[in-house]
Amino acid sequence: MSAPLPGPVMVAAGCGGTGRELEPFCGDDGLDGLHVVTRSITLDARSGGPGPRVVEVPGGLVNAVGLPNPGLEHFLATELPWLVRAGARVLVSIAGATMGEYADLARRLARAPGVAGLEVNVGAPDDVGAGLYEVREPFHSASVIAAVRREFASDRPVLAKLRPDVSRIVEGARSCHEAGATAVVIGNAVPAAFPDGRAGGLSGPAVAPIALRCVAEVRRAHPDVPTIGCGGVRDLASANAYLDAGARAVQVGTALLHDPTTVARLRATLRTTAHLPGPEETP
Amino acid sequence: MADERRRVAGPVHVEGEVVATKRVGGYRHLTLTAPGLPERFRAGTFVAVSVAGHIARRPLWIHRVRASSAFGPTLDVVVQVRGSGTAWLAAQPVGTRVAVTGPLGRPFALPKDPVACLLVGEGYAAAPLFPLAERLRERGCGVSLVVSAPDEAGLLSALEARRSVRSVTVLTADGSVGQRGRVPDVVDDLVARSDADIVYAAGPTAVLASVAAAAERAGSWSQVAVEVPTPCGTGLCHGCALPVVGEDGVDRVVRGCTEGPVVRGDRVRWDALGAGS
Ligand SMILES: Cc1cc2nc3c(=O)[nH]c(=O)nc-3n(C[C@H](O)[C@H](O)[C@H](O)COP(=O)(O)OP(=O)(O)OC[C@H]3O[C@@H](n4cnc5c(N)ncnc54)[C@H](O)[C@@H]3O)c2cc1C
Ligand SMILES: Cc1cc2nc3c(=O)[nH]c(=O)nc-3n(C[C@H](O)[C@H](O)[C@H](O)COP(=O)(O)O)c2cc1C
Repeated sequence: MSAPLPGPVMVAAGCGGTGRELEPFCGDDGLDGLHVVTRSITLDARSGGPGPRVVEVPGGLVNAVGLPNPGLEHFLATELPWLVRAGARVLVSIAGATMGEYADLARRLARAPGVAGLEVNVGAPDDVGAGLYEVREPFHSASVIAAVRREFASDRPVLAKLRPDVSRIVEGARSCHEAGATAVVIGNAVPAAFPDGRAGGLSGPAVAPIALRCVAEVRRAHPDVPTIGCGGVRDLASANAYLDAGARAVQVGTALLHDPTTVARLRATLRTTAHLPGPEETP
Repeated sequence: MADERRRVAGPVHVEGEVVATKRVGGYRHLTLTAPGLPERFRAGTFVAVSVAGHIARRPLWIHRVRASSAFGPTLDVVVQVRGSGTAWLAAQPVGTRVAVTGPLGRPFALPKDPVACLLVGEGYAAAPLFPLAERLRERGCGVSLVVSAPDEAGLLSALEARRSVRSVTVLTADGSVGQRGRVPDVVDDLVARSDADIVYAAGPTAVLASVAAAAERAGSWSQVAVEVPTPCGTGLCHGCALPVVGEDGVDRVVRGCTEGPVVRGDRVRWDALGAGS
């Protein structure tokens, strides 16, 4: 079975608001046809962590937003229909406290109209995703992907989003792909600390070289595993670095917080360049 | 299906330019062009400004807009230097180009009827109350304005506002101009004297909390413009946590930039915001 690969430019999880806030900055097309990954949705509502949730550091941001989201029920009733109506290709990011929760989320999202695919968040920096299923071991991530795959139609993509940890990424990418992931998103906020020592995750330009290295390693070891680069994408050069390293698409997160028009501009530029991997079929 | 109307009314992200910069008291007033932005302004909204070398944006109240000038439509902001970003902004000469996003956030809600209104602003944050006073006057509301600051340098000038308001009270903590005192100490008296149906407030959290409480004691509505650390200003990052009580009575955390910055004073969970700081 094959599922279409999203891209080439996607909105990274947690950096596009609910979609509504991004739409005014996406030009005439709005969200139409844009691959939008939602912020991670959990079964129950989460109010998120205490402030300050996001602080600036040289080269990036440290965040401990704490996955605030209204819970699956509310998301299905309000945010998803809005996104679908706006024409977005919605990839719902899911996060669970147990393997069963991931399966539950996948089962219910499989029936929801308009869900283009899933992105399984199995790489949140520790503590930021406090209460999430422990998926640091590639073996655990792969079991989650397999559980999600069982519940979610195989003609729609399931992406595995992994932490850009170069010592584990090759095994993680391979095992998630074998477990049924259509592609592996390489890059999430990198475990870091706020200036006051609190745990958080680093994102932005500073993490691009780290995720790029991971994409290159996976490409070298497993050229058959489709990858999506995520981390510090802000312009054509930073997007092309991932595409040149073999990534099939890129996701834009932090750059949107600095300039909300980044995705629309990149989309327009990549459309007219030779790279364009496009929404191909994967074997 | 794109909702055209929404997009026209929504915020824009544009390259603006500093066309005037002036020191007034302890603040730096900047006049900016920002194509398409002044036209969309409503009192209580803000802009997010980019600062060279920084990823996070700097949110600033829109103090006033001019529909036309030698530079076309412009907007004014009032900058108080706090850290590196505001220092950079305050130092920029005429001609500097800056990325500006706005107008952002929920504006002050305006009454349908010509009721009595009290506006209480402290420091630079009084900025959005001046255009609010004009809107209220256009609706026939009687407006009492209180401008407060620790000292004279922190006061925004109420000279121009005198045209649109019934009374102006100037309050400084050190008594250097106007009445000596702090908002929390005199707010009940101010509310009583103005006989206000609606109290609007903008300023530090402690000031807002005291105004909201006084309004509630007097049986008036309050609308407060809350500032919480705001990384992007556009609603994308969920970083600007604002603890509120929902209409259903359930505690929630909303985005200060999107569900705020103006909210009903009785909806804010002041203790969770650390009021008093
Ligand atoms: C809705 C709103 C309207 C505002 N309007 C004005 C205004 O009209 N004039 C004015 O002088 N100031 C205003 N502020 C406060 C101003 O945005 C901060 O003082 C400024 O962002 C600090 O940046 P900095 O680089 O100078 O300081 P730093 O302390 O170096 O800031 C570092 C980071 O923290 C964030 N930050 C820190 N404190 C605050 C804060 N109190 N509010 C928001 N972000 C913060 C900054 O955005 C930045 O990302 C407003 C804040 C909000 C939320
Ligand atoms: C404010 C913020 C919120 C985020 N929320 C999520 C989330 O809910 N789920 C998730 O998988 N990743 C989340 N991320 C990680 C981003 O999607 C992205 O993987 C990471 O920030 C690296 O990319 P970037 O440098 O382009 O931001 C978040 C990042 C930020 C900065």
